[in-house]
Amino acid sequence: MEKRFDGRKFDELREIEVKVGILSACDGSAMFRIGNTIAIAGAFGPRECHPKHLQDPEKAILKCHYDMMTFSVPERKSPGPGRREIELSSVIRRALTPAIFLEEFPKTSIDVFIQIMQADAGTRCASICAASLALAEAGIPMRDLVSAVGVGKVNGKLVLDLTKEEEDTEGAVDMPIAIMPGKKKITLLQMDGKLSRDELEEAIKLGVKGCLQIYEIQKKALKEKYKVR
Amino acid sequence: MMGKLNVKPREIVVPGEPLAEGLEYLPSGGTYRENENIYASKLGIVEIDGKIIKVIPLTGVYIPSKDDRVIGKVIDFGFSDWYVDIGSPYPANLRMSEVVTGYVDLMKTDLSKYLDIGDIIFTKILNISKSKFIQLTMKDIGLKKLSDGKIIKIIPYKVPRVIGKQGSMINLIKEKTNCEIIVGQNGWIWIKGKNTEDELLATKVIYLIESESHLSGLTEKIKQMLDRRG
Repeated sequence: MEKRFDGRKFDELREIEVKVGILSACDGSAMFRIGNTIAIAGAFGPRECHPKHLQDPEKAILKCHYDMMTFSVPERKSPGPGRREIELSSVIRRALTPAIFLEEFPKTSIDVFIQIMQADAGTRCASICAASLALAEAGIPMRDLVSAVGVGKVNGKLVLDLTKEEEDTEGAVDMPIAIMPGKKKITLLQMDGKLSRDELEEAIKLGVKGCLQIYEIQKKALKEKYKVR
Repeated sequence: MMGKLNVKPREIVVPGEPLAEGLEYLPSGGTYRENENIYASKLGIVEIDGKIIKVIPLTGVYIPSKDDRVIGKVIDFGFSDWYVDIGSPYPANLRMSEVVTGYVDLMKTDLSKYLDIGDIIFTKILNISKSKFIQLTMKDIGLKKLSDGKIIKIIPYKVPRVIGKQGSMINLIKEKTNCEIIVGQNGWIWIKGKNTEDELLATKVIYLIESESHLSGLTEKIKQMLDRRG
């Protein structure tokens, strides 16, 4: 059987490490590492919404802020949100919104701040995983956690959890997918490249399988923090 | 159809975890029903009371409810009212008539005579309007302005553990440390002792309760900690 660049099987995830409650200034926080990609998320809220014109009298609003550290990539990344960061913040917000009971806290805002410490593909998926853990730890009522993973096609083979090296190969397809694992509902599905209909279905199945593995790790990490010693 | 329980009492659950199947179980705080199943909506500890299932949250901000006695800080005043920070996502308002009895000539009186910005008060939530506007009152037994002492803040869901059964825990701390302590439902705690050491001990004990509230044998541990010093 053929192997991938880093010796993994085609449906194998990279090594995952999750820590919950790492920051004391936030209401909730989490670190999510998958391979060489590290995301840190801090959640606040529900709190008073500023500026006031953003307030919604019927529900809370979710604000996400995604950014990468200057040292997260081989060449210095200029700090502050650019086109890519603003888009990803919005994508992450949309992926998390279905999981939160926003209608319980009218007029407030729930804020999530995500920083990428180190990037090696799949940062938006790592961000979503970290953010959903941070929200859960902040005590915000949720329908379910959200788990996310990248799927794709490299050298004509469907693979799970791409690295930057794989993403950059000729004709590679990259498809991030986020699901609410308990509900079996997809909250995010993007695709960069081309897949046939059959391949797409196969890729979604592969992604869901990966997300379920991540979900178990997320659940374990959350419970670990409050374990009886 | 028979209902089925998926969890044991006092188990830690995460949002979205299925707790029970079947319509005979009833969802309470921290849970929700979808179709026939009950799921957890918060990170917390499961409590089962007959057919009622609830999740006691381990973390979270203070969500005000009527008749809660809370500690707040005066942050601003208007023409005849004060704005108070009670650590909730919604601003709280304290009207003149809920502080002072009798006639006050607003043209001649300075509001800071009664309460000034930065004052700490022990107050009660009189009413919450549908648009989440909070009215406070000072007109009830025990409600007052708090002077001296210090304020510490804990997670509001841990307040019942700090107070204990019929106030057993808080009375124990008060007695052993010789401190005056007032616990607000919003997780703000006012401590005033005869000296700084007493206050520090009380603070340390309360923080310990906060961090280990979900574990058993807490009262014994606290007793030991307080006795070692005395």
